[in-house]
Amino acid sequence: MTLLHFLILLPLIAAVIIPVVYKYQKDIHLGWFVLPVPFVIVSYLFTLIPTVKSGSNIYYTLNFMPKIGMNFDVYIDGLGLLFAILISGIGTLVVLYSIGYLSKDEKLGNFYVYLLMFMAAMLGVVTIDNVLMLYMFWELTSISSFLLIAFWTTKERSTYGAQKSMLITMFGGFMMLGGFILLSIITETFSIREMIASSDVIASSGVGVIALVLILLGAFTKSAQFPFYIWLPDAMEAPTPVSAYLHSATMVKAGLYLVARFTPVFMWSLTWVNTILIIGLITLAWASFNAVVKDDMKAVLAFSTVSQLGLIMSLLGLGALAVTAGFNEEIFTVAVIAAVFHIINHATFKGALFMVTGIVDHQTGTRSIKRLGALMTIMPISFTITLITAFSMAGLPPFNGFLSKEMFLEAMFEISQSNITILSTISVLFPLLAILGSIFTFVYSMKLIFGVFTGESFDTPKEPSEAPMLVLISPVILASLVVIIGLFPNILSNTIISPAASAILDRQNFVDVSISFWHGVTPALLSTILIVLVGALLYYFRESWMFIYDYIKERFTLNNFYDQSLVNSTKYSNKVTNTLSTGFLRTYLLYIFGFLTIFSIVTMFRTGLNLSLTDLAPIGIQEVILIVVILVSLGIIMITKSRMVSIIMLGAVGFSMALFFVFFRAPDLALTQLAIETVTTTLFLVCFYHLPKVSKLPETRQFKLTNFIVAVMVGAVSILIGLSAYSHRIFESISEYHIEHVYDLAAGKNMVNVILVDFRGYDTVFETVVFAIAGIGIYILMRMTSLRKDDENEEHT
Amino acid sequence: MEFVMIILSGVLIGCATYLILSKGVLRIIIGISVLSHGVHLMLLTMGQLKRGNVPILDERVEVYTDPLPQAMILTAIVISFSLTAYSLVLALNNYKVLGTDDTEDMKGRDDGY
Repeated sequence: MTLLHFLILLPLIAAVIIPVVYKYQKDIHLGWFVLPVPFVIVSYLFTLIPTVKSGSNIYYTLNFMPKIGMNFDVYIDGLGLLFAILISGIGTLVVLYSIGYLSKDEKLGNFYVYLLMFMAAMLGVVTIDNVLMLYMFWELTSISSFLLIAFWTTKERSTYGAQKSMLITMFGGFMMLGGFILLSIITETFSIREMIASSDVIASSGVGVIALVLILLGAFTKSAQFPFYIWLPDAMEAPTPVSAYLHSATMVKAGLYLVARFTPVFMWSLTWVNTILIIGLITLAWASFNAVVKDDMKAVLAFSTVSQLGLIMSLLGLGALAVTAGFNEEIFTVAVIAAVFHIINHATFKGALFMVTGIVDHQTGTRSIKRLGALMTIMPISFTITLITAFSMAGLPPFNGFLSKEMFLEAMFEISQSNITILSTISVLFPLLAILGSIFTFVYSMKLIFGVFTGESFDTPKEPSEAPMLVLISPVILASLVVIIGLFPNILSNTIISPAASAILDRQNFVDVSISFWHGVTPALLSTILIVLVGALLYYFRESWMFIYDYIKERFTLNNFYDQSLVNSTKYSNKVTNTLSTGFLRTYLLYIFGFLTIFSIVTMFRTGLNLSLTDLAPIGIQEVILIVVILVSLGIIMITKSRMVSIIMLGAVGFSMALFFVFFRAPDLALTQLAIETVTTTLFLVCFYHLPKVSKLPETRQFKLTNFIVAVMVGAVSILIGLSAYSHRIFESISEYHIEHVYDLAAGKNMVNVILVDFRGYDTVFETVVFAIAGIGIYILMRMTSLRKDDENEEHT
Repeated sequence: MEFVMIILSGVLIGCATYLILSKGVLRIIIGISVLSHGVHLMLLTMGQLKRGNVPILDERVEVYTDPLPQAMILTAIVISFSLTAYSLVLALNNYKVLGTDDTEDMKGRDDGY
């Protein structure tokens, strides 16, 4: 247990202590007690930067479940450190923001416990080297996110959104676990680093591609990629600090982390590159196109998050090409750098935008863009923050979004010019999709700024006013980061970005990173100008082209597909259950007998049936008579309607059985059978008085025919089993021993009795117990009946 | 002999199946009784029939029939008797409470699914 282990678990420890604090003191806002936790973590992580920068990665191991190979192995390289700093850093700001945002009337204890759980889980995901442990923390993020989305449990939309995100991310999580297990079977290790070392083994194994697809499913569901993005807009029912933290800066980047982390494992595969690249670009274009039409500020931001995640995803896909086949390596390294850079940038500007949305919501009472306007003069600080961050999101200079977008476009142009195997045919589309997505990004960014802060003013539910200082601190910090990174990008490049990029590419020596504003007139710069021009025009004439959204019918959306499949799966599983379990005893008996015969017949066919009935005893005339008697009695039982006759015939069968035992030299059996049969018949006759007059109820022909077929099958199968068992006598009977030693060991001459009470006495003990229990049971049943009668009598009188 | 007895016990089991699948409770109980007869007969036959003398030690006799299946069947007879007796009383009780002996009428409430 090192300090690092302790710090990763620190939020969990705090999550245990926080409810106690909450219970005993109500004066100070609970958030102040939570705030030191992420702050301590982020401060410590900053001290690790020089170590990681110098190229020595940190690795500590701690046994958790060594028998199955699940160990708490912390491994920190550039990539892990970058994410850990983002998580704890933005975590600090979000906690600070939530102190001002959430009033003391809310269930603050629950909120901070969930939030701390989530923080620990995320820190675990990004710093763990062991895939099983990684999966454990991964699911913990899903669970805590579920709890946070449904924070206002009384709201129906919250619980709906929570369930949706839970189902989708859990689905991906399970798939990912499958991928991990496959990988660990191939490489015989649970450590990601060792998997990277043996990526050639994975490449040659054949099932590597299946593992790849499964892990990608995990990443795509978590990072809200097409078509799994549908949970994210519904997760916006969570409190705004949660949306800012989970659904913009951290949790949705877990999928990106996974892709980045496993890039060295799967770089050999073009499937990996193509899937990530294409899905990322589709997500980028589709989500930004959809974001434009949304009315709720948070919905716009949700779709914007999805599209930016797609952007980063496609860059990671391109980055994997850097090693795949030795293409123009430099430019694909740039793609990785751009991806890492945009992860940082997106976390800063999206976090700030969510916080501003929360402020606007808090100060006016609505988030609907249609009902907001002219807040520029009333909320000048919020406006400034929005202006900076939304411009950065749109990719305008001098903010950081401009730099990463330039690098993105550059990489996309580069790939369209190189002719890479199967990509060459469609690679022209890549820059087009990228530009299209960027245009729409520009449009909705403008909509966020100008739709809310300019134009005519509306009557909002609350009188608008500038927010208190407390909630403004965090967005101000984030917005200043946007500007600082935008103006001086190289303060990050060699400290964080370069180690992270080399970790993704699995390089020993760091890649050279230098980000500068001016590259000269490149296609990327020209397309940025194009984006701004077209975007501005589209925004200005937005009313005239909004009709194209009308063509997207509700019926064809992915949301509708999800809802319908949920409804239908319930409907059809009910249908299947109701069809199979009818509630009738006979149906179940038919299943049992049916499967018995089917499996027996199948087994007989597979193994073959060879009968050799050579060693048979002779048949005597008396036995033939008995057989005839039994058959006739059985026939009468089958057809008679009178219960009296069937009881007598059953007795006839029983007494014939006793006679059989006589002929087969089993005197004890014959005695017992006679006695028992007499008692049974008596018992039937005792019940005779109460039981209904006819024993046979009317049955349809169909009913009888089914029964007949099943009965014949069961009879035939048991005959065949009996015959084949009789034909294959493998061992001599153990009874030779009993016969030999019945007198000298047990001092008895009747072998059957000696076996019953001496050799195998335990059977007899418990048979007696069975008999006793039956007796007690019958007694209780009778008592219950008479008691109930007494009750009824009392009621009547 | 064994061949015939195996077929006979198969017939008993088949008839028992038919009876168990019918609607009336009484017939089902009769079916269970018939089933146990069939199984006992099958058990005895598997230990080979009519080889040697009654399994009671006698110095003049060399060969005995197999005593082990007999001991097992004895146990089985008692247990199946307990079962029959209990289910008979249960059927009686059910008939008094529910007023029917038709298993198709003995259905729980529909849960509305």
